[in-house]
Amino acid sequence: MVVFVIGIAAPLGYAAYLSFFQDRLVGGNVFVGFDNYTRALGDELFRAGLWRVTLFLLVQVPVMLALALLAALAIDSGRLRWPALFRIGIFVPYAVPAVVASLMWGYLYGDRFGLIRQVGDALHVDVPRLLSENWMLASIGNVVTWEFMGYNMLILYAALRTVPQELYEAAEVDGAGELRKAWSIKLPALRPALALATVFSIIGTFQLFNEPNVMQSLAPDVISTSYTPNMYAFNLAFNGQQFNYSAAVAVVLGGVTAVVAYAVQARSMRKEQSL
Amino acid sequence: MSVKTPAAGRGRARRSSTALTVAMGLMLLYALLPLVWLLLSSTKDSNSLSTSFGLWFGHGFHLFDNVWNVLTYDHGIYLRWFANTLLYAVVGAGGAAFISTAAGYALAKYRFRGRNVLAAVVLGAIAIPGTALAVPTYLLFSKMGIVDTPWAVLLPSLVSPFGVYLMRVYAIGAVPDSMLEAARIDGSGEIRTFFTISLRLLAPGFVTVLLFSLVATWNNYFLPLIVLSDPKWFPLTVGLNQWNALATGAAGSGATTTGFYPLVVTGSVLAIIPLVVAFLFLQRFWQSGLAAGSVKE
Repeated sequence: MVVFVIGIAAPLGYAAYLSFFQDRLVGGNVFVGFDNYTRALGDELFRAGLWRVTLFLLVQVPVMLALALLAALAIDSGRLRWPALFRIGIFVPYAVPAVVASLMWGYLYGDRFGLIRQVGDALHVDVPRLLSENWMLASIGNVVTWEFMGYNMLILYAALRTVPQELYEAAEVDGAGELRKAWSIKLPALRPALALATVFSIIGTFQLFNEPNVMQSLAPDVISTSYTPNMYAFNLAFNGQQFNYSAAVAVVLGGVTAVVAYAVQARSMRKEQSL
Repeated sequence: MSVKTPAAGRGRARRSSTALTVAMGLMLLYALLPLVWLLLSSTKDSNSLSTSFGLWFGHGFHLFDNVWNVLTYDHGIYLRWFANTLLYAVVGAGGAAFISTAAGYALAKYRFRGRNVLAAVVLGAIAIPGTALAVPTYLLFSKMGIVDTPWAVLLPSLVSPFGVYLMRVYAIGAVPDSMLEAARIDGSGEIRTFFTISLRLLAPGFVTVLLFSLVATWNNYFLPLIVLSDPKWFPLTVGLNQWNALATGAAGSGATTTGFYPLVVTGSVLAIIPLVVAFLFLQRFWQSGLAAGSVKE
């Protein structure tokens, strides 16, 4: 419990406390009420970052979870040769640190010795500049998908294995094929795990920091210090010394995350009850 | 499910489907090719890196030179980072797994006041983004005077709401109440029961939590970046990114130091190996723990 307090409760309370103050030239650190919050809500940079991760969320998370779902169902179907190889192989990227993954993909994307460009040249295909402004978000999305596809696959696969064998047998007696079984038994059984994976992905997306922060050095003109809200909060605090405002930004971001995550969870719960 | 051909969907015999295997093969390729590139690149010098094809060897085999350079650069700072990472991972993840196990077990098996509230708090804590905590954590630690010490990385690593949650679910299923009662009748104290009986039953769950916290601490970047400024306490992730900044010229010197690329690439390979090995060796345990953990969700 003590660890819990130090690790979570105390910083959280302190963040809320800090966010109500401001450093002033005259008068030092003074209580300013909700000033930092109104400033955050009206802050163009913050809103742009928030919009960016929202866009990211709407595209990357469904793509990643769909791939993970397909992989989990495929491995569970029993129709795959060498299922263990696929299970481990697709999971391996999860063990790679985000920093290494971002560096590696950054180099793959890049002009200096980018593999993707080399392959494109060999095939005479014009590869888009993956580190340019138009492609950056997609490029980061690819890194995140690569990292967590296997992890989500495993969570879903684990859930699939808890489906009682009798259900399948009953379905087969009723003449259900593999597709029918997948649709009527496996997907409903996966719903809770899928909801959990979605919630975690949402939280992860709003927190997006490591990948863009690492890639910043590869594309400094594209990735600004406020590229994602988390980067903004970080840079406000550690490069701008605006700790109070940074705390407010972090609290707003945390609030947004919690609301969205909770909404998704509540929705999936309701669906479950209506079944 | 579009990857399944209709023909493969029919019939009861479990034939393996070529179409499915090919489709999954593509996914496997996507997962592993970048790593193959990384491995191959670690055998090249900085000249070959930019001139040779990424998926084949370059001129000469420089892996051992590269490894030597990584290990000796700046008086062996890489080894220091490696040792730091090991310390953070072993102590942090080990501690987190143990605390999670004890807490999850207590929540699952003992009735006490505020039990349900506590369980709800744990669930809620999973949803709190690390962002909201990072800046205040730093300020709090700087007040406590432990910024720029290993404690600043270790303390937060010990907290794992997800681990507690997983272990609670696991303990409900894995430790039968009747066994606890039997132990009590035999005169075993609660602590002794926990260590001699329950812990053994909880082992698969424990290994699962241990591995996931191991990944979390080994790969941790955000927190150390914030609370550490002295390179001698850096973990590998922060150190590698610093080298990358030197390579790309983002570190402020202006000139790019392409000689650093092999260091970054080879250093990355060395940083990945321990975790991959840990996962492969312990997979039998953590997969069963994961499966049990998701039952009641």
